[in-house]
Amino acid sequence: MTSADIISALEKQFSDKIKGKKADALDPWVVVEAGDLFAVCQFLKNDPALRFDQLNCITGVDYLEIDPKKVAKAGFEPHLEVVYHFSSFVHKHRFVVKVMLPRWKDDKAGELPEVPSVASLWGTADWHERETYDLCGVRFTGHPDLTRILLSEDWEGYPLRKDYEFPLEYHGIRGR
Amino acid sequence: MATATLPASDPTIIEFDVRTDEMLVNMGPQHPSTHGVLRLVLRTDGEVISEVIPHLGYLHRCAEKIGENVTPIQYIPYTDRMDYLAGMNMNLAYSMAVEKLCQMKLPEKAQVVRVIIAEMGRIASHLVGMGAYGLDLGTFSPFLYAFREREMILDLFEEVCGARLTYSYITIGGVHDDLPDGWVDRCQKFIDYLKPRIEEYHTLLTRNQIFIKRTANLGIMSKETALSYGCTGPVLRGSLDARKGDVAWDLRKIEPYSGYETYDFKAIIPPFPEAPREAVLGDAWHRFYVRMLEVLEAIKIVEQGLRRYRPLREEGDKLRAEFDRKQNMLSAEEKKKEEAALNAEFKTKYSHRLAPPTHLPAGEAYMETEAPRGQMGFYVVARPAKDAVPLRVRARSSCFCNLSVTNEICKGCLIADIPAIVGSLDFVMGEVDR
Repeated sequence: MTSADIISALEKQFSDKIKGKKADALDPWVVVEAGDLFAVCQFLKNDPALRFDQLNCITGVDYLEIDPKKVAKAGFEPHLEVVYHFSSFVHKHRFVVKVMLPRWKDDKAGELPEVPSVASLWGTADWHERETYDLCGVRFTGHPDLTRILLSEDWEGYPLRKDYEFPLEYHGIRGR
Repeated sequence: MATATLPASDPTIIEFDVRTDEMLVNMGPQHPSTHGVLRLVLRTDGEVISEVIPHLGYLHRCAEKIGENVTPIQYIPYTDRMDYLAGMNMNLAYSMAVEKLCQMKLPEKAQVVRVIIAEMGRIASHLVGMGAYGLDLGTFSPFLYAFREREMILDLFEEVCGARLTYSYITIGGVHDDLPDGWVDRCQKFIDYLKPRIEEYHTLLTRNQIFIKRTANLGIMSKETALSYGCTGPVLRGSLDARKGDVAWDLRKIEPYSGYETYDFKAIIPPFPEAPREAVLGDAWHRFYVRMLEVLEAIKIVEQGLRRYRPLREEGDKLRAEFDRKQNMLSAEEKKKEEAALNAEFKTKYSHRLAPPTHLPAGEAYMETEAPRGQMGFYVVARPAKDAVPLRVRARSSCFCNLSVTNEICKGCLIADIPAIVGSLDFVMGEVDR
């Protein structure tokens, strides 16, 4: 299936739940709401024509310009994206799904935005979601064990956030 | 009293009496068979494992955060340090992602050099994989032989780029330098030397009865598990079965890049008629054997690459010499025209490197390549505003996914089998932790 076909199949199934799309991108993608993500993923995995049996990558992208001189020309509003890259072993096609989130839940700094976990659909999601939680600060609701994976358990902050500040010291070790 | 007491010598009483408690055993982070710094917490009942919890992050070096602060060219040296046993392939993966974003089309010669170098890197990496696996299982000699051969590849790489481990040779737009004079012959000489040696490794390990006993029918992974956990490379291919109509999942075949579609080679998947009786599809032995056969395929690709490189180099040199010879006889205008024509020809065919982009076009690109340990993917997001530094660099590590399957395939095995199973996944912690 070409990516245009995949997009139209999704639109047929979910109609107005597909909030945005870009079919002419290098890797065509659609945007869904966090609440609809699980249903969309289930459809992507189980539909015989799509059969995305591999989840290659989950990652978060923090859209924030911290340089005050560049803010006006940044070209985006501050937000957080969680990006899912799928591929199909059977049909050999690829697809991307994005979820747009506020940087903080209810705009309260420190409250992590929430996305439903897809760890029950793909084993890959388990560790990738933990990594995204660890580094980008996204809470995956329903994840079996959402703990930090690369950083130590008592680390503070989410380093891949653009406004992250490296700690001054960590257990007596000078940071910066 | 009616209750009869059994004599103390009755063995059934002793069996009821001895209870083994569940125990947590720490393996690593300094355990030699964890290939770097990986900590496995084993939940055991006696000798039997009921759960394996890997703890990672000891080698985390913030590679993705660094990527947000440097230009793609500056980032190349950091990719070397991900999978440090296959630095060339990491360079290639990141370069391909940036080139996809910039929609660059590389000259033929650059692609040929890349294929030669990437496949040599694959051979070197699989040699270490084989040697270190032997080491995990307690045999020392294959390791020495593997390193003897790898040393020669490192010498060849050193000639090409001056480094022996962190090459930064393959870069955005092609390769950093052209191959040095006489390198092709020396490479061919090495290939001729290596080819007959592979059979020796088979006698040392593959067909060694002790090795088979330690690896066959162990750590069996089904195709479904492998796909669900995102396992790729030899780890996935060891679980596929051509008899059931599985495609040989190798990105060089499925989504060819760098002109791999024009090379004659096979993607290796079972069944292997020569497999020992004890081996089961998807076990540690199969994963190991897939790697061994891939070395042979890589040799085939390198040989074809070298054959293609020679005429490209000669023709390019000839054109350049021709132009140099006659340029003094041309008028300024003619000279300009001829030079432009020559440059255009080099850009499509004879050059080893195009000028790298000065800034990244808005957009994003996700590109996966077939590295020795699986599919190494890079996701590069450029800023919408004109900028040379990407907004986000994400490294999708193949070993990270391959390692996450550990718990699934170690359940129910013995503690002594852990090195054999974990070793067969052949991961490098530098790439897992990034």
